Amino acid sequence: MTPASRIAAIVLAAAALPLAACSGGHESAASPASDKSPSAMSVTPATSATAGVPRAADTAGAHALPVFTPPPESAIPDDPFGDLVRKGRDIFMYTPRYAKEYVGNGLSCQNCHLDAGRLPNSAPMWAAYVRYPRYRAKNDKVNSFTERLQGCFRFSMNGKAPAPDSEVIQALTAYSYWLATGAPTGKDLAGFGYPTQGFEPPQAPSRARGQQVFASQCALCHGSDGQGQKVAGEFVFPPLWGPESFNWGAGMGNVNNAAAFIKANMPFSRGGTLTDQQAWDVAMYMDSHERPQDPRFDGNVASTRKQHHDSKWSLYGVEVDGHLLGTGTPAHEP
Amino acid sequence: MMGIQRWLLATIWLALATGAAGAATPDAAQIVAAGNGRGALPCASCHGADGAGQAAAGFPRLAGLDAAYLQHQLDSFADGTRTNATMAPVANALDAAERHALAAYYAGLPVPAAPPAPATDGDRALGGQLALRGLWDKQVPGCVQCHGPRGVGVGAHFPPLTGQSATYIASQLRDWQQGKRKNDPLGLMQHVASALDEADIKAVSAWFAAQPAAATGGQP
Repeated sequence: MTPASRIAAIVLAAAALPLAACSGGHESAASPASDKSPSAMSVTPATSATAGVPRAADTAGAHALPVFTPPPESAIPDDPFGDLVRKGRDIFMYTPRYAKEYVGNGLSCQNCHLDAGRLPNSAPMWAAYVRYPRYRAKNDKVNSFTERLQGCFRFSMNGKAPAPDSEVIQALTAYSYWLATGAPTGKDLAGFGYPTQGFEPPQAPSRARGQQVFASQCALCHGSDGQGQKVAGEFVFPPLWGPESFNWGAGMGNVNNAAAFIKANMPFSRGGTLTDQQAWDVAMYMDSHERPQDPRFDGNVASTRKQHHDSKWSLYGVEVDGHLLGTGTPAHEP
Repeated sequence: MMGIQRWLLATIWLALATGAAGAATPDAAQIVAAGNGRGALPCASCHGADGAGQAAAGFPRLAGLDAAYLQHQLDSFADGTRTNATMAPVANALDAAERHALAAYYAGLPVPAAPPAPATDGDRALGGQLALRGLWDKQVPGCVQCHGPRGVGVGAHFPPLTGQSATYIASQLRDWQQGKRKNDPLGLMQHVASALDEADIKAVSAWFAAQPAAATGGQP
């Protein structure tokens, strides 16, 4: 290698990362044509001052909700029930490994329910357990907790629903029930779900701005292509779109839900550090990529959108950069 | 007479050619064994000929680490974002091409089969909790959630913790706590370290030192 070409190689190597990070920066904001732009009435103030502190208690109304802390894992009993609880925890943390036949992507439950389903504002399982049975508009019926778990497998895990009497459902139920030990039943607990209440975008979310947030805050772990990072065949950092990610039917595919999760929990370990606008923008960016088809697909993207994605926060059936979202991805490779 | 002149010419030519070649492509193995002659000490004198480091002294293993990670560390020693009295003069005595070559050299070495150092029961329990599950009350994830299963490392930004000594790991956590090391992306490790107390640091360092070393991950 000549000195000149060596210098060129070094310069290129140094430039490669920022270049890769900025590619795609030409994208413009997309919003479903049929919908009004997001309401501007909002406004949760940016709470960067609370960085490092779980955000539950700042949201209006959260003060009224009972606070609950799940028991420590050391309290899982050493008996057959405890064995099932531990099995449920393991499935929860490493789902493709322990519930392989029901998983159709590279995700685990704990990717969206942090700290093995214990963390407030990260849809903790102790809070979910005491909220079911419950009516859900998503399927227009009262869902049991079992049906709720099955929904996660069908959509978020892009897999198939385990039978109610399967060991996977039994173990996940036991784990959730144990986490909720001592919690009041039928009440919303502080930190349930993601903090969506009153969480509105200051300005209409922008994919272009979201792409910048992604490059600076997310690509480090999720990769510049959003496909996550693996070690020895298992994902350490989850893929955010594409064939190994959640499908179009998952709740995380709705920008408002994703924005609330991201605001409270991302970057991983630095929840609460993004501004509200950054969280909305990067959620819009994530959810404007192609992903596995909605299992409720009726053969037509437009009518599937009408039936299941009739929301300004779903980009299913919306054309982005000349691509009609909702046409799905190739099957994932186990 | 002619013979001696030719010999001299040939010798001078060879010396020039060798010197020129050395400047164009730094000989990493040479620097590792003997230094670069401009102030950079031989790497092997602390990190070992096989790049395994010296556990007792807290000199880290370099063998098998990601090349981009290693180069970033050398650059950080040079620009002061990673403060280290030993490494700063070494890194400053290396030019950019030499840092690049050394990083590639150590990345290409096999992971040494260093015997794991057993941890005490107390360190195993607390360290395992921190390593695998974290300290979420303080927004600290389990170490393995970024550094990979058992801490084998992930890509260019999350180096392996296996195959490093407890002394080294603990010293880095303290350096992050004290602001001596601030070359981590997004300030992730400065945040994590600030949430740990001395008992946590001791336990989690011992836990990783007790894991068998393994090839660096990050590739599918």
